[in-house]
Amino acid sequence: MRYDIVIIGGGPAGLSAAIAAYDAGCRSILILERDVQLGGILNQCIHNGFGLHTFGEELTGPEYAARYITQALDRKIEYKLNTMVLSISEDKHITAVNREEGLIEIDARAIILTMGCRERSRGALNIPGYRPAGIYSAGTAQRLVNMEGFMPGRRVVILGSGDIGLIMARRMTLEGAKVLVVAELLPYSGGLKRNIVQCLNDFDIPLKLSHTVVNIEGKERVSGITIAEVGPDRKPIPGTEIHYDCDTLLLSCGLIPENELSRGMGVDISPVTNGPVVDESLQTSIPGVFAAGNVLHVHDLVDYVSEEAAAAGRAAVRYLSQGETAERHEIPVTFEGGIRYTVPASIDPKLVADDLVLRFRVGGVMKKRVVKLLLDGDAVLTRKRPVMAPGEMEELKLTKDMLDAHPSLTRIHITVEEA
Amino acid sequence: MEKRELTCIGCPLGCSITVTLENGEIKDVSGYTCKRGHDYARKEVTNPTRIVTSTVRLTGSTTGAAVVSCKTAQDIPKGKIFEIVAALRQVTAHAPVKIGDVLLADAAGTGVDIVATKNVQ
Ligand code: SF4
Repeated sequence: MRYDIVIIGGGPAGLSAAIAAYDAGCRSILILERDVQLGGILNQCIHNGFGLHTFGEELTGPEYAARYITQALDRKIEYKLNTMVLSISEDKHITAVNREEGLIEIDARAIILTMGCRERSRGALNIPGYRPAGIYSAGTAQRLVNMEGFMPGRRVVILGSGDIGLIMARRMTLEGAKVLVVAELLPYSGGLKRNIVQCLNDFDIPLKLSHTVVNIEGKERVSGITIAEVGPDRKPIPGTEIHYDCDTLLLSCGLIPENELSRGMGVDISPVTNGPVVDESLQTSIPGVFAAGNVLHVHDLVDYVSEEAAAAGRAAVRYLSQGETAERHEIPVTFEGGIRYTVPASIDPKLVADDLVLRFRVGGVMKKRVVKLLLDGDAVLTRKRPVMAPGEMEELKLTKDMLDAHPSLTRIHITVEEA
Repeated sequence: MEKRELTCIGCPLGCSITVTLENGEIKDVSGYTCKRGHDYARKEVTNPTRIVTSTVRLTGSTTGAAVVSCKTAQDIPKGKIFEIVAALRQVTAHAPVKIGDVLLADAAGTGVDIVATKNVQ
């Protein structure tokens, strides 16, 4: 089998990339999806709050997914479900497998990686005690409750205040469980403020910051959890222990891009984002291989995943028509003042087709800051930020006009300064 | 004069909004970034409402789905949340279901319907 563009993953990023590539003129597109349906993780995110930015209304996850699925079906974009990609070679040969066809070999001229992310499990590893039943990641619990109609427990402690943990605190409360506490190791929550209000405060569920689980009781099944306050060194402070009788522990310790396939094909991975290092075209270190969405870096909002993936879809089509031979002059994007990474990591001004969105995160909570985008020392963009936090992705729009005004550009720099 | 500090849930920005009340009457709203936030703050101090999302049991799905996701078609008074989810426990939907299909009319006497949020065969 041969396709111009093969998209790995049929979640929000993959669907958006496929639609944008189609609309840019490509008619040979295949989406490979391992699940039984398109839409990815959105299918289990039944809460609302998606799509305000894209559609001007608040949709639930399945509704947001359905809008893109409909667009993909209208365009008759090809896809294969229940199809697991086993490996991808550096020269874009894909080996996949499914029940009906067995082993499938596909050659692609361009590949877009949109595999999304998975939950971090590290939170569980350092907790002393037995490993009884009743310990779930928040996402697993979400799938059980929202897709299988199965309640994993009745009295629940949640470790980690990521958005999925907060959403599940409300969800399990609505389904009749008692959520006793949400404990967060850090002095701030990684979740959105709106989720703290409508998922915890609405139901009087306490959030204990700077707390962690120090003991899990129960041999067959969880029977109790002890949490304790942690000091600045994140070590438990003796004497601060609180015990809860419970049957379930949910872990919501953050998300991590899912890049086994990318690593296997030899794509350079950033140690900061755990996603591929990409240029202005969202192209990885392998020409013709693009990445977008949560496989690239974990986003807060699906709207931005869709937007980013659409840019990758268009870039893949440009690559097919011209880029396979294009010479590249990449300028690294440098930064200071608490920024941890930027996507893209480098920019060739000549290859910037539309306005370019620069996305980044900071490493800690900071108040009263000014973000500046400098082209050769020239501040082309200045933005006041009353509060910046690791949980909130920042965006700067680098326009074509800004680039055109700096024809011999050598330095692209972002600073975060005190206001 | 009473000041109420709120966090807007209108969008992910989560603006901090201050509502000033005098004898239960709104005198001032500040801190919002857009009209949505202004409306939210006024409602939140007088009649707080929420959209409720949940699932109901499903039978007859050819893809084997056991439940279908749903939501209140509009926001409902916050105090009615638990009555609504209790009412949903009595509902069984039959596949196929399309987004927007009414699964339960006038849920818990709110006048608001529960609609499906997923297409299921
Ligand atoms: S006030 Fe407007 S911008 Fe601020 S959180 Fe509410 S909806 Fe969002």
